[in-house]
Amino acid sequence: MYNFDFEKPSTIADAVSAMAAEEAQALGGGQTLIPTLKQRLASPSKLVSLSGIAEMKGVCEADGGISVGGATTHATVAAEAGAYPALAALASNIGDPAVRNRGTIGGSLANNDPAACYPSAALASGATIETNSREIAADDYFQGMFTTALEEGEIITNVRFPIPEAASYQKFEQPASRFAMVGVFVAKYVDGVRVAVTGASEDGVFRWTEAEEALSGNFSADAVEGLSVSGDGMISDLHGSGDYRAHLVKVLTKRAVAAAS
Amino acid sequence: MANITMTVNGKSVSGEVEGRTLLVDFLRTDLRLTGTHVGCDTSQCGACTVHVDGIAVKSCTMLAAEADGADVSTIEGQANADGSLSAIQAAFQEHHGLQCGFCTPGMVMAAADLLKKNAKPTEAEVRHHLEGNICRCTGYHNIVKAIMAASGQDVSQLAAE
Amino acid sequence: MPKDSGIGASSKRREDVRFLTGQGQYTDDINIHGQTYVHFVRSDVAHGKINSIDTSAAEAMPGVVRIFTGADFEGIGGLPCGWQVTDRHGEAMKEPAHPVLAQGKVRHVGDPIAAVIAESLEQARDAGEALNIDIEELPAVVDMKAALSEGSATVHDDLGDNLCYDWGFVEENKGAVDEAIKNAAHVTTLELVNNRLVANPMEPRVAVGDYNRANDESTLYTTSQNPHVIRLLMGAFVLGIPEHKLRVVAPDVGGGFGTKIFHYAEEAFCTFAARQINRPVKWTASRSEAFISDAHGRDHVTKIELALDADNNFTAVRTETLANMGAYLSTFAPSVPTWLHGTLMAGNYKTPLIYVNVKAVFTNTVPVDAYRGAGRPEATYQLERVIDKAARELGVDPIALRRQNFITEFPYATPVAVEYDTGNYVATMDKLEEIADISGFEARRKASEANGKLRGLGVNCYIEACGIAPSNLVGQLGARAGLYDAATVRVNATGSISVMVGAHSHGQGHETAFPQVVAEMLGIDESMIEIVHGDSSKIPFGMGTYGSRSIAVCGSAMVRATEKIINKAKKIASHLLEASEADIELKDGQFTVAGTDKSCAWGDVTLAAYVPHNYPLDNIEPGLEETAFYDPSNFTYPSGAYACEVEVDPDTGKVTVERFSAADDFGNIINPMIVTGQVHGGLAQGIGQALMENCAYDENGQLLSASYMDYAMPRASDVPFYAVDHSCQTPCTHNPLGVKGCGEAGAIGSPPSVVNAVVDALQSAGHNVTHIDMPVSPSRVWAAMNS
Repeated sequence: MYNFDFEKPSTIADAVSAMAAEEAQALGGGQTLIPTLKQRLASPSKLVSLSGIAEMKGVCEADGGISVGGATTHATVAAEAGAYPALAALASNIGDPAVRNRGTIGGSLANNDPAACYPSAALASGATIETNSREIAADDYFQGMFTTALEEGEIITNVRFPIPEAASYQKFEQPASRFAMVGVFVAKYVDGVRVAVTGASEDGVFRWTEAEEALSGNFSADAVEGLSVSGDGMISDLHGSGDYRAHLVKVLTKRAVAAAS
Repeated sequence: MANITMTVNGKSVSGEVEGRTLLVDFLRTDLRLTGTHVGCDTSQCGACTVHVDGIAVKSCTMLAAEADGADVSTIEGQANADGSLSAIQAAFQEHHGLQCGFCTPGMVMAAADLLKKNAKPTEAEVRHHLEGNICRCTGYHNIVKAIMAASGQDVSQLAAE
Repeated sequence: MPKDSGIGASSKRREDVRFLTGQGQYTDDINIHGQTYVHFVRSDVAHGKINSIDTSAAEAMPGVVRIFTGADFEGIGGLPCGWQVTDRHGEAMKEPAHPVLAQGKVRHVGDPIAAVIAESLEQARDAGEALNIDIEELPAVVDMKAALSEGSATVHDDLGDNLCYDWGFVEENKGAVDEAIKNAAHVTTLELVNNRLVANPMEPRVAVGDYNRANDESTLYTTSQNPHVIRLLMGAFVLGIPEHKLRVVAPDVGGGFGTKIFHYAEEAFCTFAARQINRPVKWTASRSEAFISDAHGRDHVTKIELALDADNNFTAVRTETLANMGAYLSTFAPSVPTWLHGTLMAGNYKTPLIYVNVKAVFTNTVPVDAYRGAGRPEATYQLERVIDKAARELGVDPIALRRQNFITEFPYATPVAVEYDTGNYVATMDKLEEIADISGFEARRKASEANGKLRGLGVNCYIEACGIAPSNLVGQLGARAGLYDAATVRVNATGSISVMVGAHSHGQGHETAFPQVVAEMLGIDESMIEIVHGDSSKIPFGMGTYGSRSIAVCGSAMVRATEKIINKAKKIASHLLEASEADIELKDGQFTVAGTDKSCAWGDVTLAAYVPHNYPLDNIEPGLEETAFYDPSNFTYPSGAYACEVEVDPDTGKVTVERFSAADDFGNIINPMIVTGQVHGGLAQGIGQALMENCAYDENGQLLSASYMDYAMPRASDVPFYAVDHSCQTPCTHNPLGVKGCGEAGAIGSPPSVVNAVVDALQSAGHNVTHIDMPVSPSRVWAAMNS
């Protein structure tokens, strides 16, 4: 690692001012950032740890939804997001127990790894990403692999999820990294069904709109049967072709619909 | 450089670290607690697993400065006060849950983390909990068996041997 | 009744206490006052010409002690190859130079170009980035077939082409084999890949070099399976340091699986540089660095043909293999696809005619060498896959076809130059059918079908050759070392014993199992015996641990040395008891005079040996210490039968191993608990090879699976509990313990049954799939189902 200064503020306001330094970077749980730093692929001047900010931690229910602090670990979401079972289940299967004890929802969404689990939940739920300065709708937030609407120095303080009538996340793990090779989050709301896919696309998390339309009319696995997903633009690598990933999108969507509760 | 202080295996320790100093390096290099191992650089093998404030973390993926003020326990602090092996350690020996010993500290720490939360885990729960701990020697059979035995379950009929 | 001590007892491992409490001492745990850290700057291109290296900016960086490049090693030996293969035309293999640091060219991603020594590792890395290295990239040689084609770029320009050797075995049989295949009632042909693997012991490699100017002595602490071999190779061939000035220590080592046999550049570098700068030099590989610097394993592409007569008897086997050597010849690389592979092609079957052709190929990839099983898994995989395919083509039961062709009489001389001393393949297959509950399979298949899964059963047999020897024979085959081992039994005055062994324990439990043997022979408590291993200054000599040789070869040396101890102790006892030596008996730690009640204790004799007041000084020397070297007269031949049951998810192609059963014949067994553990570990590695592990390069020679993010290895949730049995025991006839070795069996025996099971599952659902190359990943299964 290149060296950097380390700062651990205890309020959002202090974190924002610490982030004003040139080349400063926020540190969530560090479960992706620290391995990246070890490879010397990034050289921040300063890391601003968000793990000491109490107001950014925890899960609470509000206005028919749940609100998850940006510095809340996966383990905490798994344990405390019972009001949104599909979200809790997703969190309980990210990485491994030690990773879940450190990794945070804010870190995951800010990084927007194309194979991360959380982006699919945020997008399928139509979540609202709250930062220190504004609110961003999930549909506007994800802008392609490792790219988001966040501005320099902006911190995810909270994520609000409306609770669907039924939802499920189905993940097919890449056999080495155990990240999602394909992950599909299906969420059924009163006004329609949203389907978000992670792991598969070269553009990062995306909504499968054909499936959404079909499922909004008929929320059953059969509704997806006649649809097909193109392998074009899907990630093709050592672990599977774009066509294979496209196939998995459909399989996992059907499974998610069947399992949705 | 920053001064940090933490409790490690019940003793207060302090040291001066750079921003980039990892918790595992502070333990191994500054404190000479070399029982915590480094087996990878992508946060997957789990050989570096320790407990920070009672929860399992990968000490190769946590900055030492993040543990300032924390209560850390490592493999060196797992034995009973009289020096005898803890129930988990004893079960690993009894059931041959280790061969080369390199992943073992992380396995023991992961097992302790599991049994704290789940006193009688099933085979599937044990295997799922070990997702982040790789062993290349044992094929996991005797590790899973040892953890179940450490939880007080009868493992004699688990699998033909 | 199971024994509670001595040979056959499942004694708990004494080494466990230190490992379980964090007190083990692995090489990276060693820190020497004043030590420096080295960072190797490695090639990021597969093939290139080094135009220039400018170190001046880097040398001015903070903390830099010294920077070395290939130029510093001119006139110093390169890394030697320990085995010379002679090809089918009687020519020696091509043997390229292997410099410690690259000279002139880089030949694989990871080839070390420069070494930066600094006060801290991060300073060394910083300075490494400041080196100005001008490399002109050249076309990379990656695919083996392309490497042998006309006009291919050459990895080593001075060799003319990329063919290391073209080996035929047994060359005189070639015509007869060709004829038998031409005239066969049925020939089954299979082309397959034995996938390239990375051994991945959980402890990455580490080397610490130290130099003592006062006595001109160099010490290397290293993660090695065989410290004496490293001392021999590095001292004699690379650095020119005589043995008495060079100490090699391999302390606790966190797994090896073959990849820590070899002498590596980093070891030579740290030893050399410590002397140059007169300070200790430490290198610790990161896992990412391990992927591009540890020798890889396997990587064979094979076509095998099995000929059968009208009654389904095997009449001939013919194989053609391309074996990847990588960019340089690693220490034992040439022996793996030849003598460790061709000699096993008879398997468990009485096939009368066999011909094996192997072309070894240089490519711009990391060197390939022995990995758990080394050559034997490749042989087993081909043979057991082609037999399975033949059974399906002929519509016969795969188990019955195997049984029909089993060797049943021993000793048995194969047509590939080895003689199996003992075995009982019918018994291990019977045992397998029992523990695997083969008869219950159809019911389990139906249950899986009801859950929407395809279930398959795969069975295979294996034979392996362990404890490779004797030295005079292996010398004729090209080995540049002997393959004996040595042990010294030092009985101390109070009766406790230190046994210095040439074998090295890095997970195998020698510290527990070896004392069981000595305790049994002397009738004393195991706790009185300590095993010393891993330090060339403490042990007379040793060839180390690999090829499942430790108990068969080094254990036999220990038996011979203990026998010498007993002989001498009886002489002392006969003096103390005033009886004839012939009448002295040793039992339960007591010397008695036959037919009398006269006795003296073990401790009385050992004390007399060191305090020889009442002692036959005219006839025997004081002291009680004996050394033996043991050179076996033959290999040992463990064998077994394995069964795997898988479920295939037809929607995703994901394969799950539901049951795995292994019935092995290891001859006599010292510690059943340890033996069972060795099989478990081997099975996981074999299942890993079959389903997950894949070391892959792209066409430019970039390693695609360069970390655990892309190299998939089994985790706890990927494997089941295994059913393991080793009650079938046909003791080896030519070593004193009757042991055969067990370390590699699981890895050798398991891949074919996994793949056989997947093919069975798919065919049961009507898919016309006859083969899928390993790793049988979900995407490959899905592609096969949809092709």
